[in-house]
Amino acid sequence: MPYEIDIDPAWGAAIDRIIAAGAPEQGLLNENCLQRSSSLIQILEQTQKEIGYLPENVQAYLANKLHIPLSEIYGVTTFYALFNTEPVGKHTISVCMGTACYVKGAGEIVAEFERRLNIEAGQTTLDGLFTLEPCRCLGACGLAPVLTIGDQVYGRLTPADVPDLIEKYYLPTKGEST
Amino acid sequence: MKIKALTDLQQIKNQAVDDSTMRDINHTLTVNVHQGTCGTASGAKEVYGVMVRHSGDNAARIIQTGCPGMCHHEPLVSVTQPGSEPCIYGHVTPDKAQAILTSHLENHAPVTEWLVQPNQQLQKRITLANCGVIDPEKIEEYIAMDGYFALAKVLLEMQPIDVINELKASGLRGRGGGGFPTGQKWEFAHKAAGSQKYVVCNADEGDPGAFMDRSILEGDPHRLLEAMTIAGYAIGAGQGYIYVRAEYPMAVERLKWAIHQGQETGLLGNNILGSGFSFNLDIRLGAGAFVCGEETALLNSIEGKRGEPRQRPPFPASSGLWGNPTLINNVETYANIPAIIRQGASWFSSIGTEKSKGTKVFALAGKIKNIGLIEVPMGTTLRTIIEDIGGGIPNGKQYKAAQTGGPSGGCIPTDMLDIAIDYDNLLAIGSMMGSGGLIVMDEDNCMVDIARFFLEFTQDESCGKCTTCRIGTKRMLETLDKITTGQGDADDIEHLESLAATIKNASICGLGQTAPNPVLSTLKYFRPEYEAHIFEKKCPAHACQDLLSYTIVSSKCTGCSACARVCPSSAISGKVKEPYAIDQSKCVKCGLCVNKCKAEAIECS
Repeated sequence: MPYEIDIDPAWGAAIDRIIAAGAPEQGLLNENCLQRSSSLIQILEQTQKEIGYLPENVQAYLANKLHIPLSEIYGVTTFYALFNTEPVGKHTISVCMGTACYVKGAGEIVAEFERRLNIEAGQTTLDGLFTLEPCRCLGACGLAPVLTIGDQVYGRLTPADVPDLIEKYYLPTKGEST
Repeated sequence: MKIKALTDLQQIKNQAVDDSTMRDINHTLTVNVHQGTCGTASGAKEVYGVMVRHSGDNAARIIQTGCPGMCHHEPLVSVTQPGSEPCIYGHVTPDKAQAILTSHLENHAPVTEWLVQPNQQLQKRITLANCGVIDPEKIEEYIAMDGYFALAKVLLEMQPIDVINELKASGLRGRGGGGFPTGQKWEFAHKAAGSQKYVVCNADEGDPGAFMDRSILEGDPHRLLEAMTIAGYAIGAGQGYIYVRAEYPMAVERLKWAIHQGQETGLLGNNILGSGFSFNLDIRLGAGAFVCGEETALLNSIEGKRGEPRQRPPFPASSGLWGNPTLINNVETYANIPAIIRQGASWFSSIGTEKSKGTKVFALAGKIKNIGLIEVPMGTTLRTIIEDIGGGIPNGKQYKAAQTGGPSGGCIPTDMLDIAIDYDNLLAIGSMMGSGGLIVMDEDNCMVDIARFFLEFTQDESCGKCTTCRIGTKRMLETLDKITTGQGDADDIEHLESLAATIKNASICGLGQTAPNPVLSTLKYFRPEYEAHIFEKKCPAHACQDLLSYTIVSSKCTGCSACARVCPSSAISGKVKEPYAIDQSKCVKCGLCVNKCKAEAIECS
């Protein structure tokens, strides 16, 4: 049975839009519940893109709208590394920890970020600007060690490059212009 | 335009040949800016912009293609003068780009000092044939390279069973992992009962250090579309899914565009080439779970569920997506299909070794000079790959091991460099082909640390369904942590071996069954390194920080105090102009003092 969820109306509207947009293509209006749950990962991905993360009330709202049990949505959300249930920083620094990057010193790059940003891997800075996230192989092994900040890829790095990278994104206007 | 029949395909191809002849007559220079993920990350877009701005009145034709595989030289530009071989430039900057263009346009000569040598003599490119050659966003360019002619042949001249027989005769084996015979897999799916069947492409290239699938998706996406459509016809499926990882945004964009073009031209959709056969393709994005590269976990993920593997049998060929017969192959496997159909099974099976036919793409990475993608005939030796094609180890260091097969594979030591690489030889020495990542390590890499790295990976990526994998990998990781931090006990090696046996025997999917391989292979070939960590509390490669100790050699120390000043933990003391000393209880082993000492008086052991 549908029930009331305490959610920011703007978020609710955004999710409604996402579901409506995918409806004809993804068969959401279809009675076939197999097809409905098949689109769940796509919907979660778009919702996270819109809202930034997937807190419990967002998951509950989706459960309500899609007629999928919340437990199932929670199961999927927590299974995949892509989904965050906690807010993340404005810029996510994803340091590739693939083998090629590892043997070429990616660990030292992470350590330098940890030291400079005063956070541990996986955490977000207090000002909400940076999240440091070691990640799986980006497949750009020719540029090892490599990292991404947002959509931008930076390669052939040494720990000495870290301060410049932070500086580049520290002033918000600068970061956005890149 | 709509491509409704074979004649339409032929017309597009003829047009491309005419265009190229006209360019030769008009002496039009072709400048090819390679734009894969690596290229754009190194600045290829800016280079492309400069080239377009300075191309003159169409005297130079500026095109963009995918990755040619020479990643270490990115950004790369190839310039072709009519009637001559392409000149390939590496590490091109916007300034260099302008100079290169001017030199070719005005002086008709290359800028020799910026040229790089392609290392393709020992390679044979089948799946990568078009990568870095054609514009991946233009379907006509793929057609000009005989693209979609294999599909036409299949749809208009062959029965589904003919296609399967051709594949079986070719000897093609799956390029993603275990090397199962592809023709046989297709036959199972073809014979499976059911009106609704699916074709799936596994493009969830999760093995760290492997990036051939990304390169094909970015550089030649129509090859995959053509092959999947052929597969659909062969097994009787009307719908396909490409499961691609979200970490590859450029590959996803190019695939979406290729599917759009396929639909626009009618090479995807209803009644393809007037044959009556219809086929559609959709993309499903992975969401960051390595285990989804396992075929049954991938199916669960496409269905929108947690990506946990299913018990096999039933195999996907009889019960896959939503319980229907499903054919799953990876990108590189599909990429072989059009060439096999066009050139025949006997051509394909003439390449390679007795039981491993065709070529294999390897992603060379790590401590090797020519990092990049190479495609070689099966049976090429590791020595040829590393020394002749890869250019050997940089910085005068010694080769120590090559790691193949990613987290499921093993490390190959020096004395096995001459084995011919194929599926069976790699398995026999405790590694595996896997997807073809080949990471080279030198004397500075500690093999216990590498084993720990892989265990950390599999432990983190274990989905948790099987207790042996979930808890077993955790226990193995803890033991390796102990060893690399100097707390290893005499019975740790035995403990690791016993855990490994249990995990291999009692986990249901490939992830668990192969998770102990990195430990077992390093134990087999580098056992003394484990023993040094455990019994002597030393790391011979000087990589495990906790096991290092720094000492100042009194006879060499000039007493300059530079080390004491840089030491963050005030562990170094002494009088100026007299030998200094390190207090081991305070030393944090950061190594800053070694870099600072001009007299090279600080030793690390």
